[in-house]
Amino acid sequence: MSLILLIEQVLNGLQFGIMLFLMAAGLTLIFGVMGLINLAHGSLYMIGAFCAAAVAAATGSFVLGLIAALAGAAIAGALVELVVIRRLYDKDHLDQVLATFALILIFSEGTRWIFGSFPLFLDVPDFLSGPVTLPGGIEYPLYRLTLIVVGLLVALGLYLLISKTRLGVQIRAGENDREMIAALGIDIAKLYTIVFALGAALAGLSGALVGAIQSVQVGMGEPVLILAFVVIVIGGIGSIKGALIGAILVGLTDTLGGIFLPELLKLFFDPSTATSIGSSLASMAIYILMAAVLVLRPAGLFGARA
Amino acid sequence: MKLVTMAAAAALAVGLSGAMAEPVKVGMITTLSGGGAGLGIDVRDGFMLAVKQAGHEDLEVVIEDDQRKPDIAVQLADKMIQSEKVDVLTGIIWSNLAMAVVPAATAQGKFYLSPNAGPSVLAGKGCHPNYFNVAWQNDNLHEAAGAYTNFAGHKNAFILAPNYPAGKDALTGFKRFYKGDLAGEIYTKLGQTDYAAEIAQIRASGADSVFFFLPGGMGISFLKQYKDSGVDLPVVGPAFSFDQGILQAVGDAALGIINTSQWNKDIENPANKAFVEAFQAEYGRLPSLYASQGFDTANLLLSAMEKADVKDADAFRAALEAAEFQSTRGEFKFGPNHHPIQDIYVREVVKEGDVYTNKIIGTALTSHADAYWSDCNM
Amino acid sequence: MIRETHVNALTLLALVAIPAWALYADEPFTITLMTRAAIFAIAAIGLNIALGIGGLVSLGHAVFFGIGGYAMGILAHHAQTYTALAEWPFLIEGTKSMPVIWLVAVCLSALAALIIGALSLRTTGVYFIMITLAFGQMFFFFAISWAEYGGEDGLSIYVRNGFPGLNTLAPIQFYGLCLALLVIVLLFAWKLSRSPFGLALNAARQAPMRVETVGLDPMRLKLIAFVISGVITGLAGALFADLNRFVSPTMFSWQLSGEIIIFIILGGVGRLFGPVIGALAFVALEHWLGGLSDYWHIYLGLLLLVVVLFGRGGLIGMLSGREAVHD
Repeated sequence: MSLILLIEQVLNGLQFGIMLFLMAAGLTLIFGVMGLINLAHGSLYMIGAFCAAAVAAATGSFVLGLIAALAGAAIAGALVELVVIRRLYDKDHLDQVLATFALILIFSEGTRWIFGSFPLFLDVPDFLSGPVTLPGGIEYPLYRLTLIVVGLLVALGLYLLISKTRLGVQIRAGENDREMIAALGIDIAKLYTIVFALGAALAGLSGALVGAIQSVQVGMGEPVLILAFVVIVIGGIGSIKGALIGAILVGLTDTLGGIFLPELLKLFFDPSTATSIGSSLASMAIYILMAAVLVLRPAGLFGARA
Repeated sequence: MKLVTMAAAAALAVGLSGAMAEPVKVGMITTLSGGGAGLGIDVRDGFMLAVKQAGHEDLEVVIEDDQRKPDIAVQLADKMIQSEKVDVLTGIIWSNLAMAVVPAATAQGKFYLSPNAGPSVLAGKGCHPNYFNVAWQNDNLHEAAGAYTNFAGHKNAFILAPNYPAGKDALTGFKRFYKGDLAGEIYTKLGQTDYAAEIAQIRASGADSVFFFLPGGMGISFLKQYKDSGVDLPVVGPAFSFDQGILQAVGDAALGIINTSQWNKDIENPANKAFVEAFQAEYGRLPSLYASQGFDTANLLLSAMEKADVKDADAFRAALEAAEFQSTRGEFKFGPNHHPIQDIYVREVVKEGDVYTNKIIGTALTSHADAYWSDCNM
Repeated sequence: MIRETHVNALTLLALVAIPAWALYADEPFTITLMTRAAIFAIAAIGLNIALGIGGLVSLGHAVFFGIGGYAMGILAHHAQTYTALAEWPFLIEGTKSMPVIWLVAVCLSALAALIIGALSLRTTGVYFIMITLAFGQMFFFFAISWAEYGGEDGLSIYVRNGFPGLNTLAPIQFYGLCLALLVIVLLFAWKLSRSPFGLALNAARQAPMRVETVGLDPMRLKLIAFVISGVITGLAGALFADLNRFVSPTMFSWQLSGEIIIFIILGGVGRLFGPVIGALAFVALEHWLGGLSDYWHIYLGLLLLVVVLFGRGGLIGMLSGREAVHD
């Protein structure tokens, strides 16, 4: 296991984590401000990817596709908020789970109805493809580096939004005490729609960016959704900082665990069994991490203590 | 679940000698919704094309969607056997669903013709006189890939597959025929979408070639990421990651990659040519290997109906074993365990006009049986 | 508007009448569907004890369903291949006897529920939901990688297990068995909700601090409820495996956990017959909607949305016209 390989794997874990952060940030905002569990967040991720693929295929431009993803997901998010989510704020978590679960069904089969059952084509644009050589002789795909940079920029942007703008103040106040800010005359309805659309746009962006190097197909959002929930739970609900740190933790655990656990076990078992057991342990590793964090810190790393 | 009753109208049975009267009812359980639906849809379309072409009066097909869930597949099988009273079952794509349905169905005296899933148990110890596999045994395409890797002169291969029974079978099958060293052997997570870590390992391992089995979306992700990484080693895989449906989603990243398959659209025989043309005319797309498997399954069934009555199990079984039909693969023959003995070709991914497709460049294995037939005590 | 007790009585009637008709009309598949609904109902009643009375939203309850299923699968597998399960420290052989299998399923589920509950109940709210989900996922991936029992392919059990005095392969007899168990579990749930324990649990859900001041420990109450609920769902899992003669890791999946929750909400949270009606409705929808179109999930989703948004208190609530459960 050379140092170069190690650094490359760390970069991979970082990139995976940062893409998760885009999903988790939206999710944690929505839950923190609106108290809503949104299982349909994975569907918004998928909608972003499909919009990007459709527009990129029609226009030949990846950037236009990205813009379409942001717009498409945001519009879908706003629509869903106005029609469905609005009625769920007063209900308990159970009803929210069921309603957003129902939305997953509708979005998934709806997408399949419109776009068909086969995966769509979306590719990395030429100006971002291929590897670059980093200091130290490491060859790393340019696109993945771009993802890391974009993700960090978004994190910075969110930080500025939350801490420096008026909207950010409203969001922070809303996380603290929903009723109070309503009493103070802030238009809650509009705030919620904006926050939901923002979260949706982030998910859609993530879907489009990741869809270029993975498969754009129906149901692509569900595995990511589960991981995003794990991230916000580890990080603490409502905390963007927690989402970032949680996402990086999860990304690194998943990537490095998947590589090193089998290697470790090869010391004790034959290669085939070691890779088998190691691979299963790696799958379970993230959940074991989350359970461990919750047992020690029942509200997540940066969550509000009860 | 969609009920399609093809009680084919009369008057199209030109030139067919009349079958022996007893109507045959077929239950097709396949995946028509969700992420893996493309394969089931292809199998169904290929099967129904053959049924339509034959215009047989006495053949009725009931089609249901298993949603890729084993318990739904079992439930549908129960329904088809108990309620619809089918004689023959077919259609299942995935090995785990097949394992849930086939043993019970054959034990109840029904025939099962598999157009896709070929788990090793059903080829060996678990074989059954009523079970026929028209496609391949799961290991076959991987064995061919191993043979090809030798032939291409690669001596230090890096192999990877997901950590589930079909994945393990894939690597076992590859290693059965591959004679060189292994630069690495990895089991990835089922459903994994990010292969950056694995590709980094490939790069660092000093391998001279890569073999992978990553069906569906997993393969698409891997190919795109592999191309982007700059690791330029030759890649070999089984056709499951390079079928017509997936290739359009992968695009240029798949060009030049070698894959093994028992069928391709350019196999030279009249039946295949007619099939490809008819499929394109009927459905507006090129057929995949799954469609050809569905087509062949239907034709096998029709050929048996010509010779025997489905209610006479022994006669019908003999008729199936004889396999006297025009397969898209040319000559078709079953081994003693009811799995095909066939050639496995080597194909390269090319672009024809706007469409990505495959072209045969050689043969990896000829008249190849599977590794489990001797365990079968039929 | 029909009174809730009348709705309950009608449901019981349907549970007997429909299979009887199916037997008469020679439609064994309908009996199979009813059995499926009955087993799902048992699983959901189990969850409803923790969720409806205790307020514990467990998104990982499929873990017990899977444990019950695999208990059956592993024992029956060893019995049908005539190999021993373990030879040390003492010989454990497989078995195909349902009562034994149920006992094992129940004990294993109880043990798992104790451990998972003890760890999870340290959290509340959405954190609790997530940690139960995490445990479900852990078992799911573990089962996939357990090659000895089929891994992702699952295990097929060729012949249904035996119950003394019955021919379990006959659909109506197996259904009768499941129906009997369903009634027993319903009776148990009803008694529980009226017992001191049930009342205390209900109070602990609504006002934990007051319960503490009275001298009861809400954490202990919830843990006991969680264990009981896990046990019942585990029993359902063993029955489900017998129905399909098949176990696979999907029995541990979070989608299945979600479906169990759907049965409860569809029928009416906290209501005695809620899970039963919800399970019946869901199985019926699953079966009929599929005939409408290849994309029938859309209709299912729309229907669920309507029930959640506009139906007060699930189907029972809509039928009996009362929003909350009143004792």
